[in-house]
Amino acid sequence: MTLLTSFFLQLPFMPEQASSFAQEVDLFYLALWGLTVFFTIGVALAAGIFMIKYRRKRAGEIPEQVEGAMLLEITWTVLPFIMALGIFAWGAKLYYQMYTEPKDALEIFVTGKQWMWRAQHPDGQREINELHVPLGRRVKLTMTSEDVLHAYFIPAFRTKADVVPGRYTTTWFVPTKVGTYHLFCAEYCGTQHSGMIGKVIVQEPSDYQAWLGGGTKEPPAAAGQKLFASLACNTCHYEKSGGRGPTLVGVYGTDVKLDNGTTVKVDDAYIRESILNPMAKVVATYQPVMPTFQGQVSEEQIANLIAYIRSIGKQDGDGGTAAPAAAAQPAAKPAAPAAKPATPPQSGAKQN
Amino acid sequence: MATEVMQSAEPRTNYLNAGHTVKSWLLTLDHKRIGLLYLFSISAFFFIGGIYATLIRLELVTPQGDLMTAETYNKVFTMHGVIMIFFFLIPSIPAVLGNFLLPLMLGAKDVAFPRLNLLSWYVFIVGGGMFMLTMINGGIDTGWTFYPPYSSIYSNTQVTLAGVSIFITGFSSILTGLNFMVTIHTMRAPGMTWFRLPLFVWAHYATSLIQILGTPVVAITVLALGFERTLQIGIFDPKLGGDPVLFQHMFWFYSHPAVYIMIIPSMGVVSELIANMTRKRVFGYHFVAFSSLAIAVFGFLVWGHHMFTSSQSMYAGLVFSLITYAVAIPSAIKTFNWTATIYKGSVSFDTPMIYALAFLGLFTIGGMTGLFLAAMGLDVHLHDTYFVVAHFHYVMVGGAIIGYLGGLHFWWPKITGKMYPEIWGRISAAIVFLGFNLTFFPQFVVGYLGMPRRYHSYVPEFQVLHILSSAGASILALGFLMPVFYFAWSIKYGKPAGANPWGAVGLEWQTPSPPPTENFTYQPVITTEAYEFEHVEEIKNAGKAEALQTA
Repeated sequence: MTLLTSFFLQLPFMPEQASSFAQEVDLFYLALWGLTVFFTIGVALAAGIFMIKYRRKRAGEIPEQVEGAMLLEITWTVLPFIMALGIFAWGAKLYYQMYTEPKDALEIFVTGKQWMWRAQHPDGQREINELHVPLGRRVKLTMTSEDVLHAYFIPAFRTKADVVPGRYTTTWFVPTKVGTYHLFCAEYCGTQHSGMIGKVIVQEPSDYQAWLGGGTKEPPAAAGQKLFASLACNTCHYEKSGGRGPTLVGVYGTDVKLDNGTTVKVDDAYIRESILNPMAKVVATYQPVMPTFQGQVSEEQIANLIAYIRSIGKQDGDGGTAAPAAAAQPAAKPAAPAAKPATPPQSGAKQN
Repeated sequence: MATEVMQSAEPRTNYLNAGHTVKSWLLTLDHKRIGLLYLFSISAFFFIGGIYATLIRLELVTPQGDLMTAETYNKVFTMHGVIMIFFFLIPSIPAVLGNFLLPLMLGAKDVAFPRLNLLSWYVFIVGGGMFMLTMINGGIDTGWTFYPPYSSIYSNTQVTLAGVSIFITGFSSILTGLNFMVTIHTMRAPGMTWFRLPLFVWAHYATSLIQILGTPVVAITVLALGFERTLQIGIFDPKLGGDPVLFQHMFWFYSHPAVYIMIIPSMGVVSELIANMTRKRVFGYHFVAFSSLAIAVFGFLVWGHHMFTSSQSMYAGLVFSLITYAVAIPSAIKTFNWTATIYKGSVSFDTPMIYALAFLGLFTIGGMTGLFLAAMGLDVHLHDTYFVVAHFHYVMVGGAIIGYLGGLHFWWPKITGKMYPEIWGRISAAIVFLGFNLTFFPQFVVGYLGMPRRYHSYVPEFQVLHILSSAGASILALGFLMPVFYFAWSIKYGKPAGANPWGAVGLEWQTPSPPPTENFTYQPVITTEAYEFEHVEEIKNAGKAEALQTA
């Protein structure tokens, strides 16, 4: 008997609350359980009492027939409807908070691949299947996948977002409790799906700084700068205009005109698309001559390139959109073109 | 009619003894025999799907993945899902009870297109057979949702074959829906107006609507997936220029309404069970009838609630969430009306009523937990966890299967002419109810704690809840197996049922059990509404007998 009691006492009902969202999500959850219990008990009790009270007493019994009652019908249509609207509004409000990107967040870039999580911090510190975050700071994750769908799920934070190949998704949170928490992949991703788990480690800001200090690393923007040169991007994208492609200095966060007359905001998604699929959105007055880099750069290298372009972008532009890791500290200066073309390009120019 | 059946000792031609050859079954055009063909086929699939469920629950007893490899486990839960959904739940009530009862309830000799009806069974068997082939060839490991790019590029299992089998099986569902809809429009007996139809018929009309409009979409989706997988045409995989979220939109455009293909017929059954077991007309008949249609129509506009964390636009999400709450209302209306029907009734405690009561409770929990998931901010945490698994099992097992079992018990005397043993019926219903709750209630808790779906191994702190769940599953399995035995027993040893053992209303009870091949030996003419018990001969006779006794 004592064994049985201790068995049930061990039953946890709620995960730890370790983010600024956790408390309200839990409150909402418990409120809905309150409603569920109320309606389930209500229906079961009513049905049970009616069954016993009006049990068949004679085989030939025909009860008095009731057709229905309009007033009752209206009541149990309108009341649940109002209730449902209330639940909708609460859920929508919470979701809006979770999916409105915060300002001044610590930005960490996350890549999912079968079956591991990689994270890169703004100063270049990397980790696998772990995520170190400082207590009390807004943390934004910009995520993408190298292969199939994944989902980044931290139960203690009550946050989750799918990690989708081919696009950036984001999630954010404020850790409110020092500790180590579960990180799960929640979107089925193949054989080792249940092994694609890790730990989220919330530290005091000073401990986080100390942790960042360890190891060798290179800030993403600096890495991106090197990559920009080694991939010979700078043979077309000059520091100033005049290259076959538009200059990338000062463009991040601005709107640029495309050759089809529309405009697009230069953000992470657009840069990523232009590296992998250069013909999709070509900047006006340039020729679509850029080759694709699909298959030649990894997701992390793309993130580094974005970090670099961001660091030389419109200064103090708070690119509110998805923004990988990087830009915390701007890379010093745009890369000097490795080799300037001997002859200036003719009319031929190209998009970014 | 009642008198006619009293002499059941004397052999009478009915649809069962009308022919004994295999050919007379396999080439039958009789909707009742086709219903039984479906009964045997889907029961086989239910059994196979149940074995997979057993394997899942066995693996999850311990946190380590120690019973089978991760690869095998992924195949096991995929096969469980695909078989239960496409080969059991979707055909279950419409193809078995619907086929058997719809023409009887309408006062018709058969469905509108008997040959098409037989064809639908053959299409189902071809599709099901191909899926069995998939199983023998090693199965698939994509989850029943087939999300690309995993399913289209990365999985090394039999995805194409499985896709083809689902594509084919879909046509069986379309044919059944089409047949039912035309039957309801054109085959009603004289006097059977729309508002004299039993609510079972209304529910099947709503279901047919979804089958006809929704199923082609999943066929197109599966086809597109097949093209990407075999011909490398980029539709969903970003590496080929596609969009994986597009697949989710297309998939759920069918697969959410498909949930209503499974639950609406069950609601139709429950309306019949409650009315007949309490001898009361269904409270708010029009509201219950139209709420089926409302669910079917709104159901097409809510698919995005499966995608709140998928990177779908927030504003799209808001609309999907709002409309989802609109679907909750007709479900609530039905629940309240059923409860009100019991009020001041003459309530029988026979097995069908016990199942109906179980449905009321479990469907309420299943429906209410749906509100948790439609709440966007809460769904972020709950999505893809065991909370979702628990929710849809409460609706699919606690709702759809409980309704199906209740219906099977209720119409068993009509189908076979024999009574099942009542006491065993009640015991098994109680076991199913207890086992079900023990299996799935802990999953709500473990889901909120963060246990993701489709995990072969898990963190140790979830073990207690998984053990409870697995223990419940063994009880549930017992409850599901018992009817197989006592139903089989009753065919030989059961008491003869008579035309109307329950004193039920409805045309199907006014013809002998089992019914003759042509259903009625006379042309039924309907002069009353659906649930008027004062005209039921069996109740009147019982009343007279009682009056004589007391006199």
